[in-house]
Amino acid sequence: MNWAGLYTVLSGVNRHSTAIGRIWLSVIFIFRIMVLVVAAESVWGDEKSAFTCNTQQPGCNSVCYDHFFPISHIRLWALQLILVTTPALLVAMHVAYQQHQEKKLLVLTGHADPKHMEEVKKHKMRISGSLWWTYVCSVVFRLLFEAVFMYIFYMLYPGYQMVRLVKCEAYPCPNTVDCFISRPTEKTIFTVFMLVTSSICIVLNMAELVYLVVRACARRGEHNSNPQSGKGSFYGHKLSSEYKQNEINQLLTEQDGSLKDMLRRNPGLQEKGDRCSAC
Amino acid sequence: MDWGALHTILGGVNKHSTSIGKIWLTVLFIFRIMILVVAAERVWGDEQDDFICNTLQPGCKNVCYDHFFPISHIRLWALQLIFVSTPALLVAMHVAYRRHEKKRQFRKGDQKCEYKDIEEIRKQRFHIEGTLWWTYTSSIFFRLVFEAVFMYAFYFMYDGFRMPRLMKCNAWPCPNTVDCFVSRPTEKTVFTIFMIAVSSICILLNVAELCYLLTKFFLKRSKKAGNPKHHPNHENKEETKQNEMNELISDSCQNTVIGFSS
Repeated sequence: MNWAGLYTVLSGVNRHSTAIGRIWLSVIFIFRIMVLVVAAESVWGDEKSAFTCNTQQPGCNSVCYDHFFPISHIRLWALQLILVTTPALLVAMHVAYQQHQEKKLLVLTGHADPKHMEEVKKHKMRISGSLWWTYVCSVVFRLLFEAVFMYIFYMLYPGYQMVRLVKCEAYPCPNTVDCFISRPTEKTIFTVFMLVTSSICIVLNMAELVYLVVRACARRGEHNSNPQSGKGSFYGHKLSSEYKQNEINQLLTEQDGSLKDMLRRNPGLQEKGDRCSAC
Repeated sequence: MDWGALHTILGGVNKHSTSIGKIWLTVLFIFRIMILVVAAERVWGDEQDDFICNTLQPGCKNVCYDHFFPISHIRLWALQLIFVSTPALLVAMHVAYRRHEKKRQFRKGDQKCEYKDIEEIRKQRFHIEGTLWWTYTSSIFFRLVFEAVFMYAFYFMYDGFRMPRLMKCNAWPCPNTVDCFVSRPTEKTVFTIFMIAVSSICILLNVAELCYLLTKFFLKRSKKAGNPKHHPNHENKEETKQNEMNELISDSCQNTVIGFSS
């Protein structure tokens, strides 16, 4: 299980997201995860081996590194990305549950043929009813996790800038010792980049939240002024119109014999008859 | 999520690109991304470990390396390639939106919809016209801007693209001026020049594609202005015939059903 596995899991959720949700997912995968994997990991690759302290005292290097870097930026970002992307799985689970319910309904109404079952799997769920609440919760959790990690980052590494030199006096270092960090400028550039993309993601999540709330209020307003506009599951409504169509088709196929006779008797109708689905 | 995944994402966009766009995408993946992954990353792999300064002063090497290489070439190229390839996603999103609209039309049973099947809608290639033309042109424009910005950033940071063998450093804590030696300078220079050359070729391809799109646009416009009575009437006639035939069929089917019930 690696980032590619996560990508596979989450691209399924993509289908049931709003447009803003899809943009958010693209930003996460391309500008955060991909940059982390192809660039940032190699910048922090030698962070401990190239952390040099101006002392020969054994253990001083390790202790000072541990004191100034309780958790590496890379690991913090990896945790952040995993926690921020997983609320989308709540939506995936709810969608799977709804699809299961629709399949059960099809079986009960006697429409359990493979074609209908496939369509249940393929059609996009509308974000309404309980799914709306699940979706909104997932967006709220995303926002929460992003904010928490931004705060943790600020607490651990105030100012976001990586300094070249840190002064360390933890035991066993004798007095105060100068320690030099590897590639501080490059690390600062990537830290700022990841912070900017994190902020963009927060803005996108807030926009999505606002969009969902406004849409729900607009729909409510429509319902109040026009109470007959279909309640119930999307597929329920579709089912009734399909059911009607199926009845018509059945009647037409029962007429198959008499229709063919009619066409034989009236060759002029043949050309148009080719278009008739019952023939 | 790595370069392979990016290739999968962008491969889909390829279908809706112009020929120049397809060539550009091939050059990007084969001559830039692939070279970066299989060759350049190895050359720069030991850049800090083998950056040696003529001093025993702890910390001097770190500081001098940081002073001369604020951001490694490899990372700059990786960022450049990510930024340059992502405007194509605007096109992908627009195409996906159009497909979604066609599927909606098809499901509603709209007679204007000329597709027989949802699979056909999925496989269909959209022509670059109308709003898609604007999206496509914007994506090329952004690509050009990003390429130019990164070329400038490169030139600004590394002053002339050449990697010197020796750098003189006097940043604290180095005592006085210290000689520092860069690892594999000639090989790095070769790859830098190669990547810059391919980047320039990509810029030229983008400019050519932009000119091609603009030329096509103006030609179409002048054709429309010179010949206003074109397709719509012809298409309307065909649609009217089809509608008449459909009415006749539905009438005959209805008569048969009524016949059965009586």
